Amino acid sequence: MEMQMVKLTLRSAAIAVTAAAVSISLAACGSSGPASSAGNADSATMWGLTGGNQPVLQKSIDAWNKAHPDEAIKLDFFANDAYKTKVRTAVGAGQGPTFIYGWGGGVLKSYVDSGQVADMSDFIASNPDVKSRYLPSVLKNGVIGGKTYALPNNNVQPVVLYYNKEVFDKIGAQAPKTWDELMALVPKFKAAGIAPFSLGGQSKWPDLMWLEYLVERIGGPDVFANIAANKPGAWSDPAVKEALSKIQELVDAGGFVNGFSSIAADSNADQALLYTGKAAMILQGGWIYQGMKKDAADFVKNGKLGYITFPSVSGGKGDPANVVGNPSNFWSISSKATDSQKKAALDYVKSGMFTDADTQALIDSGAVPVTTGIESKLAASPDKDFLSYVYGMAKNAPSFTLSWDQALSPAQGDAMLANLDQIFLKKISPDQFVSTMNATIGK
Amino acid sequence: MSISTGSSRRVLEKGPSGWLAAPALVFFLLFAIIPLFGVLFLSFTKWDGLGEIKLDGLSSWTTVLTDPVTGNALWVTAKIMFFSFIVQAPISLLLGVFTSASQKYRAALAVLYFVPLLLSSAAVAIAYKALLDPNFGLGPGLGLPFLAQDWLGNSDLVLFVVVFVIAWQFVPFHTLIYQGGVRQIPASLYEAAQIDGAGRVQQFFAITLPQLKYTIITSSTLMVVGSLAYFDLVFVLTGGGPGYSTRLLPLHMYLTGFKANDMGAASALGVILVVIGLALALILQRLGGKNRNASQLEGA
Repeated sequence: MEMQMVKLTLRSAAIAVTAAAVSISLAACGSSGPASSAGNADSATMWGLTGGNQPVLQKSIDAWNKAHPDEAIKLDFFANDAYKTKVRTAVGAGQGPTFIYGWGGGVLKSYVDSGQVADMSDFIASNPDVKSRYLPSVLKNGVIGGKTYALPNNNVQPVVLYYNKEVFDKIGAQAPKTWDELMALVPKFKAAGIAPFSLGGQSKWPDLMWLEYLVERIGGPDVFANIAANKPGAWSDPAVKEALSKIQELVDAGGFVNGFSSIAADSNADQALLYTGKAAMILQGGWIYQGMKKDAADFVKNGKLGYITFPSVSGGKGDPANVVGNPSNFWSISSKATDSQKKAALDYVKSGMFTDADTQALIDSGAVPVTTGIESKLAASPDKDFLSYVYGMAKNAPSFTLSWDQALSPAQGDAMLANLDQIFLKKISPDQFVSTMNATIGK
Repeated sequence: MSISTGSSRRVLEKGPSGWLAAPALVFFLLFAIIPLFGVLFLSFTKWDGLGEIKLDGLSSWTTVLTDPVTGNALWVTAKIMFFSFIVQAPISLLLGVFTSASQKYRAALAVLYFVPLLLSSAAVAIAYKALLDPNFGLGPGLGLPFLAQDWLGNSDLVLFVVVFVIAWQFVPFHTLIYQGGVRQIPASLYEAAQIDGAGRVQQFFAITLPQLKYTIITSSTLMVVGSLAYFDLVFVLTGGGPGYSTRLLPLHMYLTGFKANDMGAASALGVILVVIGLALALILQRLGGKNRNASQLEGA
């Protein structure tokens, strides 16, 4: 016990030291610590993300707090990128929230390895209702080493190929079913003065969706499974090189909108190119439907938005029904929370989340909850076409690969995004990418 | 040490009491020197920010020193430092001289020049990011195609865009320093020069510039050492991209520490940053320090 205290103090001190040192050289770019909770100091805390699902989560917590004032949860919101840095520093310093929002994958594993998140296996075993409400393919992303450390908390987010039906009609084209058809569309759209693909290249992670799907279609899910398992030389799989070459061929052909590496996805400029007709297609996450529903309501309502799965590649081993993306986001519960915080947290997980009102609010926002038995609700929604499509896609996918930057360790993910950026800019060759990435295996 | 004893002459000889520096020193010790040793210690460990801190010998240092990204970051930092200085120093010197005169319209212009100083770096970066967007930014908005370049996405162009935005933000600050410096120069020097028949340009080079020697050193030190700390603006504007084109050393340190979660390597980078910063500050002080005690106002 005392040993642990010493360790903990040491670690907090180290974090304080790092933070202070960074602040010397970086002047005033730090952010304040977690806001102290108003009211009961022992109430559970929750950090959520701003954006698409923010109002849904706020409503859910408001309803819970109203019904359970003795187990009230204090909710704060952070922007995506800022949250990822902040929560890790806070958890490391023992200042984290009770509910830790996550994506599963490599980051969740690092929390598990350092004993920061609670094992919820017993809770799941004694509450079969909780287990049965989830799509099994999604639920398993919160399981590490046979134990459940994270439970899905919102909607399935597969990566989808969106297209603008209006501009397709204009040049008389069909949505591409194969890679060859896709490449053949590029000169046609260029001749019509329309960019074939929009891409938020500045944000880097939209680049990754291209690599993920191409590797999946060419080599199947095993290629990345080997990389994620840290097998030596796993990046040397020929599917990776072929996928990278295909990306560079598409860049050479002028497939991506001019200045794509200046376009930021977090400002939604990439999707704006699609619905303003400046670009014909975009490969993006399921969540941009929510954004477009808000920013371009008429475009979506009038059925001008088309969506298909990523085209197949001839000779490829991957099942065309396989999906990449984010199965869901997850709640983990801090192992450092007090007993009463943990109890409140589990009570909320048990009966406060995915209530009928929650599920309906998610569907109304244009998202597909990760729960079973919602077909009739989806069918009653004005967005039923897209929602049923996404639901079917997630439910029927033989394999649903988690976004690579989340699945890998943070060090590997960072190197991968920076090097893939170089591939799109044609600053490095596929061979260079492969050898650089092989060197990160195990890091 | 007490200043109440001894004549005023002795106080003058010894300078003001050393105790005046005490509060600053205490803060410096607490928030700079001690953390610095912490960072030095962390640079010999392996730590992902969550688990245990494990001693790891020199492995962080070998990783950092053999990584080509570090060399690139140093090179990018040097380029930004050089171009920032070349752009900012003359502009702020001339603006400082210009705004130091007492005419009303100059005062009005000075107020306008200082507006960027009121904005936070993050706000400046977000604003420029929106203005420079090739599809929805200033160029397409005003229908000026030459403004619709791939400003932040072209690896060759982005560095100069960053230098420009940094200059836009920091020139006002240095202008303010020069304005104050120029106003300190006794008017009698100019009157004497006028009587001797010196023109405006001659006065600038023979009086203003030499009189501003220490102001120039101060401003240059801030510019050069400050360019080691251009983090927030670049982080928001480009995130270090495209590729590694604008991944400055401080940004590289941050991304290594808080994105890749390798605190050992990030600490090693931090130590390198501190050493470079100290060396540069020392060199610049030396450059101007030869006749430290010589008065600039003799005969005034």
